[in-house]
Amino acid sequence: MKQNTMRLAWRGVLLATAGLLAAAPAFAQTSVARSLAATCANCHGTDGHAKDGMKTLAGKPADEIIKLVSEFRTGQRPATIMHQISKGYTEDQIKMVAEYFAQQPAK
Amino acid sequence: MSQTISSRRGFLKAAALAGALAAVGGCASLGGSKAKVVVIGGGYGGATLARYLTLWGGGKIDVSLVERNPSFISCPMSNLVIAGYRKIEDITVSYDGLKARGVRVIQGEVTGIDATARKVKLADGSELPYDRLVVSPGIEFMWNDVGGMATAAAQEAIPHAWKAGTQTLLLQKQLMAMKDGGVFAISIPRAPYRCPPGPYERACLVADYLKKNKPKSKVLILDANEDVVSKKGLFTKAWQGTYGGMIEYRNNNELKEVDVASRTAILEFDKVKADVLNVVPPQRAADIARTAGLINVNNRWCDIDWLTMESKAVPNVHVLGDATFPAPTMPKSGHMANQQAKLAAAALIDLFDGKAPNANPMLMNTCYSYVSEKQGIHVSSVHHYDAAKKTMLPVTGSGGVSVAASVIEGDFAAAWARNIWADSLS
Repeated sequence: MKQNTMRLAWRGVLLATAGLLAAAPAFAQTSVARSLAATCANCHGTDGHAKDGMKTLAGKPADEIIKLVSEFRTGQRPATIMHQISKGYTEDQIKMVAEYFAQQPAK
Repeated sequence: MSQTISSRRGFLKAAALAGALAAVGGCASLGGSKAKVVVIGGGYGGATLARYLTLWGGGKIDVSLVERNPSFISCPMSNLVIAGYRKIEDITVSYDGLKARGVRVIQGEVTGIDATARKVKLADGSELPYDRLVVSPGIEFMWNDVGGMATAAAQEAIPHAWKAGTQTLLLQKQLMAMKDGGVFAISIPRAPYRCPPGPYERACLVADYLKKNKPKSKVLILDANEDVVSKKGLFTKAWQGTYGGMIEYRNNNELKEVDVASRTAILEFDKVKADVLNVVPPQRAADIARTAGLINVNNRWCDIDWLTMESKAVPNVHVLGDATFPAPTMPKSGHMANQQAKLAAAALIDLFDGKAPNANPMLMNTCYSYVSEKQGIHVSSVHHYDAAKKTMLPVTGSGGVSVAASVIEGDFAAAWARNIWADSLS
């Protein structure tokens, strides 16, 4: 009886811990992407939901965003400011941001 | 019986271990009560921090925001109000958006912070307990550095208009009342100060108004700095081109004293009598930062840890915005305060959850300025965390300024304002 109770209690602790550990990397990745995307929000709106006069990014396919930003970076696509800002992020960061915006529901 | 007790003891031991794990995790919400964050200051930094804690905090954080003003009035875009191209209502945003999100917005005055008991004291005698405090207090003017300007009457006669609101309208009124052929002089302090391009934008917009309405007038820029601090090429092009001769720029002209009655700026080697005298005084982190012991650089600014925005002087207190000691090339801007707030919000949530904060945070900045009623220019930069230097550094090859002033960028400036106000306060 004593051992059973102990075992059950321990199992609970271990399960809880394992759950936390398993969830941690995925969550960390998401929160990093979310923070990166938030650096765009001043102009492109919270989670990419822009107000008048700026491009909405929420719900746009990731490939489309990546292509656009890549063209800004190379100068292939003319820009007033995005050629300067896009060069501040790595390709991996741009991919994370694009995937984050793609996951946001379009309004 | 003895078995039951030891069973229970065994369970308690396991439970205690679970508790210890949670404590290592530091998850304040596990105990049932929410983590408490108090925010002092509802400007770009404080408002954004409060908003993002409600967006990202999963309902586990109790957020109180203390602000002395009834509503938010934006410094960016306020130069348009001075020139008569916007109304003060156009740059005013209510705190209702934050209230609807569950932020407890308290209009009040903070008188003290007890960092040991973790309590904020308000002027009405009430106290707000916190787990983490965020101070986004803005700037205080160093009036003692400018002779003759210490009184409220002097500051009304010689407006700064460097905090938006009543002062913006005071300067607008003086400009509108100025006679044709008059001199509008603006004094700029040594950097760092709030909004590096702001004084030069103001000179442009005042000149734009005067050119249309009082064309014999003149704008005189008295700059304490050796050279134009921000967007030099673009501003000087506007001064020489668009306003040809109407704007005069004088570098190395630090203001020492003001003769308020005659509206005379007393410089080191010169005296300038103006019809409207606009003094942007030297600045430091606001008084509450000093009271709380947060100022630890040059007796002016608050040094912070760039991974969390936590003060290097007082634990569990985070500082945002213009009050911080800036990282290299980082401007004191509303945009940057909003960015810092989102960095801090993510870090606070990680800290409450017992996780290490993001080791590679990024900040980006865009400052639009108007060089006329319709035409805009910008400066942009992207900053990354440098682990070796423990500071934010500009990303090599990124950022820059406009090729030329344009109406497109004037429209972008207005769109920027709509978007950042929503991102900070809606």
